[in-house]
Amino acid sequence: MNKILAIVKKELFRFLTDKKLMLTTVLLPGLMIYGIYSFMGDGMANMLGTDEDYKPIVAVYNLPEDLNTRFKLLYMEQTDVSNLSLDKAKEEIAAQTLDLVVYFPEDFSKKIEEKSGLPEIEIYYNSVNNESAKIYQFVANTLTTYEDSLANAFTMNSKGETYDLASDEDMSAMIYSMMLPMLLLMFVYSGCISVAPESIAGEKERGTIATLLVTPMKRSDLALGKVISLSVVALMSGVSSFLGTMLSLPKLMGSEIEGMSAAVYSMMDYFLLFLIVISAVLLLTAVISIISAWTSSVKEASTAVSPLMIVVMLIGVSSMMLTGERMSTLFYLIPVYNLVLCMNGIFSFSYELSQIFVALGMNLVVTAILVVILTKMFNSEKIMFSK
Amino acid sequence: MKTILHVEGLKKTFKLSKKQQKIEKTKQKLKVAVNGISFDAYEGEIFGLLGPNGAGKTTTLRMLSTLIKPDEGDALVDGFSIVKQPEEVRARIGFLTSELKLEDYFTPNYLYDFFSDLHNVPKDVRDERKKELFERFEIDKFAEVKVANLSTGMKQKVSLVISIVHDPDIIIFDEPTNGLDILTAKVVTDFLIELKNSGKSIIVSTHIFSLVEKICDRVGIIIDGKLVVCEKLDTFLNGMNLEDRFFQLYEETVGGLHE
Repeated sequence: MNKILAIVKKELFRFLTDKKLMLTTVLLPGLMIYGIYSFMGDGMANMLGTDEDYKPIVAVYNLPEDLNTRFKLLYMEQTDVSNLSLDKAKEEIAAQTLDLVVYFPEDFSKKIEEKSGLPEIEIYYNSVNNESAKIYQFVANTLTTYEDSLANAFTMNSKGETYDLASDEDMSAMIYSMMLPMLLLMFVYSGCISVAPESIAGEKERGTIATLLVTPMKRSDLALGKVISLSVVALMSGVSSFLGTMLSLPKLMGSEIEGMSAAVYSMMDYFLLFLIVISAVLLLTAVISIISAWTSSVKEASTAVSPLMIVVMLIGVSSMMLTGERMSTLFYLIPVYNLVLCMNGIFSFSYELSQIFVALGMNLVVTAILVVILTKMFNSEKIMFSK
Repeated sequence: MKTILHVEGLKKTFKLSKKQQKIEKTKQKLKVAVNGISFDAYEGEIFGLLGPNGAGKTTTLRMLSTLIKPDEGDALVDGFSIVKQPEEVRARIGFLTSELKLEDYFTPNYLYDFFSDLHNVPKDVRDERKKELFERFEIDKFAEVKVANLSTGMKQKVSLVISIVHDPDIIIFDEPTNGLDILTAKVVTDFLIELKNSGKSIIVSTHIFSLVEKICDRVGIIIDGKLVVCEKLDTFLNGMNLEDRFFQLYEETVGGLHE
């Protein structure tokens, strides 16, 4: 026990006092993700959004009496068209000095009344101009509603209430449960690969592990000490990336969903999530440690762990295809995949505690088996002293 | 005299690569590095393993220190088997070879404490011993300099000190003075003699004759993986100097130097 502690202390000292390494593996990932997502979110909002106070300028020709009230309700300014020819108005639309032209045929009302033929309304707009595109939508909607009212069979969603009843919670849950399991898994994985190859393959490469192997320490103590300490560092890196994502995802999605926030989850949700992440870190660190122990240099180890990255990513992506249906507990016995299931469940408020504990237990068992394998590898002269 | 190390029939083979088989013009897939070595070393003496490069000295010492396992045979270190009780053996020996490196990132001071922890040395004993050893090898001035920034000689001195943090009764040194200047080499050889005088048993391997003549009580000579001689240095020398006696023996065994 004391020796495991000594190893853990030494490894943590190695990583935590290394400012450069801390910066690149712990501080930067979180900051970068926060920065990039926020920037992307702001950018998208700017691109799609319009100036709230701007009153679009619209040229309306031959507006029928019936539509007068409906058009007055629209937030726009009708310009005087007595001196503006249609062609001139179109030019102004192209030049973005005018936002919309609505042209009713002169006999519009008459044709409607007599039900003779289909009168054509022409609406000119400029899709590059956000304000123009927006007011085009409003006018088109108004006209469609007017058309519906003429037919007068039934109306739909015309009372101006909020008909989309999804709550902020549901919206957040959907987005988070689609994106975060994959992102989290990748963050944890990249946290692991930034420290484990260095600490195990690196020690082999530099010949410093032999110095440890001639001390009367149990090989299992060494394996456990390494896995625990590397997990701590990987966890720090993972948590940093996670915080960056959690805090900036609402900004990234903000242009589409209002009221999205990481605050919809309870402390219990976060606590369970933390347990899941810890078990993910332990499991992945053990896997990468084994790969690192098997290779003979940091470079070789980094090459060897990249195919696994693809597998982990694919498993992560599978969270996007989960339909929210409850899966059989058997699926929670599959290591790594069960992490995705659990995280998806937590983010979409549809988990069952017993299944999460099955997954946690299973991952712990697998990690223990991997540590035993690592111990055997530390014991094998062929593996430890092969170059 | 108490037998502190009993070696019996140690054998170690390594696999040869296809290319290496061609170079050596052999169809044998295995290269015998150590071929059934047996000897005893006694408490309180310095036993020297002497032999040319590639004779199997280092492989023998690596087996004794339990870094690698013998294919056949066994050795008892203070009564503990290197095959069956490797942890007990490791707790009783101090092993130093150039193969054992120290991590560049740490300072001698940190590493000393770390390895003391791994050897279960109590804190007060550790601090006292550290002060003594650091002063003796003039490491005290460099105690807080990262290993990466130490000179080669200083690194080797730190390695030596760290290999004996637990004050072992049996000390196994592979080429203890290799790469050291004569001043540092003298510090090391003097230290070995001092350890012997305080009752420790020491096994050294070397190809340096003067070192053997200066410090060894008994000597074992390894040629091509076999121990051809194992006796008291005086008996072996029989009035000749070591170099001449060695060539004489080599000719008797292998049959001339240039064959």
